[in-house]
Amino acid sequence: MTIFLNKDSKVIVQGITGGEGSKHTARMLAAGTQVVGGVNARKAGTTVLHTDADGNAVQLPVFASVSEAIEQTGADVSIAFVPPAFTKDAVIEAIDAEIPLLVIITEGVPVQDSAEFWAYAKEQGEKTRIIGPNCPGIISPGESLVGITPANITGKGPIGLVSKSGTLTYQMMYELRDLGFSTAIGIGGDPIIGTTHIDALAAFEADPETKAIVMIGEIGGDAEERAADFIKANVTKPVVGYVAGFTAPEGKTMGHAGAIVSGSAGTAQAKKEALEAAGVKVGKTPSETAQLLREVYAAL
Amino acid sequence: MDLYEYQARDLFEQYGVPVLPGIVADTPEEVRAAAEKLGGVVVVKAQVKTGGRGKAGGVKVAKTPDEAEEAAKAILGLDIKGHVVKRVMVAGGARIAQEFYFSVLLDRANRSYLSLTSVEGGMEIEQLAVEKPEALARIEVDPGTGITPTKAREIAEAANFPAELVDKVADVFVKLYDVYTSEDATLVEVNPLILDEDGNVIALDGKVTLDENAEFRHAGHALLEDKAAADPLEAQAKALDLNYVKLDGEVGIIGNGAGLVMSTLDVVAYAGENHGGVKPANFLDIGGGASAEVMANGLGIILGDPQVKSVFVNVFGGITACDQVAKGIVGALAELGSTANKPLVVRLDGNNVVEGRRILEEAAHPLVTLAENMDQGADKAAELANAA
Repeated sequence: MTIFLNKDSKVIVQGITGGEGSKHTARMLAAGTQVVGGVNARKAGTTVLHTDADGNAVQLPVFASVSEAIEQTGADVSIAFVPPAFTKDAVIEAIDAEIPLLVIITEGVPVQDSAEFWAYAKEQGEKTRIIGPNCPGIISPGESLVGITPANITGKGPIGLVSKSGTLTYQMMYELRDLGFSTAIGIGGDPIIGTTHIDALAAFEADPETKAIVMIGEIGGDAEERAADFIKANVTKPVVGYVAGFTAPEGKTMGHAGAIVSGSAGTAQAKKEALEAAGVKVGKTPSETAQLLREVYAAL
Repeated sequence: MDLYEYQARDLFEQYGVPVLPGIVADTPEEVRAAAEKLGGVVVVKAQVKTGGRGKAGGVKVAKTPDEAEEAAKAILGLDIKGHVVKRVMVAGGARIAQEFYFSVLLDRANRSYLSLTSVEGGMEIEQLAVEKPEALARIEVDPGTGITPTKAREIAEAANFPAELVDKVADVFVKLYDVYTSEDATLVEVNPLILDEDGNVIALDGKVTLDENAEFRHAGHALLEDKAAADPLEAQAKALDLNYVKLDGEVGIIGNGAGLVMSTLDVVAYAGENHGGVKPANFLDIGGGASAEVMANGLGIILGDPQVKSVFVNVFGGITACDQVAKGIVGALAELGSTANKPLVVRLDGNNVVEGRRILEEAAHPLVTLAENMDQGADKAAELANAA
């Protein structure tokens, strides 16, 4: 099994006619994802031409709204490639349509917009699982890709991966290409995100095909520390961790809005110590982390 | 982006938050003129983006314009925790009866907003939180509803403000929340918020952090940026839309994706332990879909840093294609000609890696070494930096 996303997932693209939306619709189709349509109110009623994984031409319908797209196609996943200024409205539209899973790729969303759509999602009873914003999305290798992760790094396997960072997700999938992954989720590097490390850990713990978990964190906030507490109390499967940013100086933002160290809290060292106290083996480098994972997996 | 105190004061004033008059000045003469204009007792305050100004001698009370000028001479040029004072604010004096604390900020853990309030102001809030946690009221603020007058009174009561002050401070809380949301801040802090001897509530010192992601809807925010204070290489990189942070080491770093670049810094620092203690010279993320041009711009910035002795390019091609990265490297080296005189170690994996490696092998530039993987590349780059 996989978590959150599988081969039967039907996917719509919010912003399917834009540059990024169009490029990644093509990549997702090539990876075997069932993309069934898209949303753009101004181009509703038209279609966009793409090629599926078997090389056949497909005409994807463009709908006026997420709810119409769901009604017409039975979609249960949406991915948003909309500019930062329009992301909040796109998310609220998806929440109103009660789509079960929404992946927000957009980078540069004002954090108050994220706080507002999250508050709205909570008020509506959290019927929509949100991943992101500012994330690479989710991939269940061999089944479906909803995001911008390269689909051919590795195949299906027993490892679950959750990470704040996109390229570190790719790096770790590459390091562990000998084992493969059930699902890899990039939850995003913004200060406010939907799905957290803890949500993904809980889902991997419940998934019988995931045998071991890699958790990748980075400096800033205390999500890794809270994940450590959760692992200690709730996760029986082996978890191996990696934290980026040991050499980051205090008070400097390192790309991700969330990756800023201020004072002692939020440092890589503090996160490593919290994870180790919860019984998680933490690698100093991606390659060492992969080696630790291989060791715990071999011992199962 | 953190604002200076005078910028926060100006914002507060725009939103009707009661503040004292304040005039910025860059020379002792300007300070004297400002003191004459304000009249009476003034306070000369260093404008630096760090705490502990008072203890460092950066805040002085002056009873006359002469005293203000003397104070300015002492404060301008002062080094406060590595921040050299170039500007002061001359503020009107206040007769303080009581000091309070108020802030509203982003609460990452709860994906919400949080207000922190105390009737015991003046102290550093971190210290108060540790020493007297019971004196600090932490109230969640729902981003959907915000700080309404009712919510503001709830906050004031939770912080144990005396009944006769509740309405007065609540009105200020509502206005400060207006600053927070209307300006897309991630922090609005007033310390101290005071009650003066005439019964007025005044924001005496403010700290505001603005969300750079929201700059597109605030034309004025770009003007608040202190361009002169930025590192020249950082300013140059920003103009090219590159995500660059100058650090103190010798190994220049270019990678794609914030997480992978941070990880690369760490791996280079570990490798440096075996090579004379060399360290990463910078953080540079060329982003997810980098083109040859972006790669060339990045390389130009790094080779312009005289501290750099070697460069490690670490790219995992996801959206970024390795052949584009390789073309960028070859193109940049050709363009830079003899000014490119530092060895480059390049590690490519992922999207179009075979083509990327082929381009670099064919170009066979004498400065470029191809690495098999991230660890080996970091080690080689550290070795070359140490040997230079």
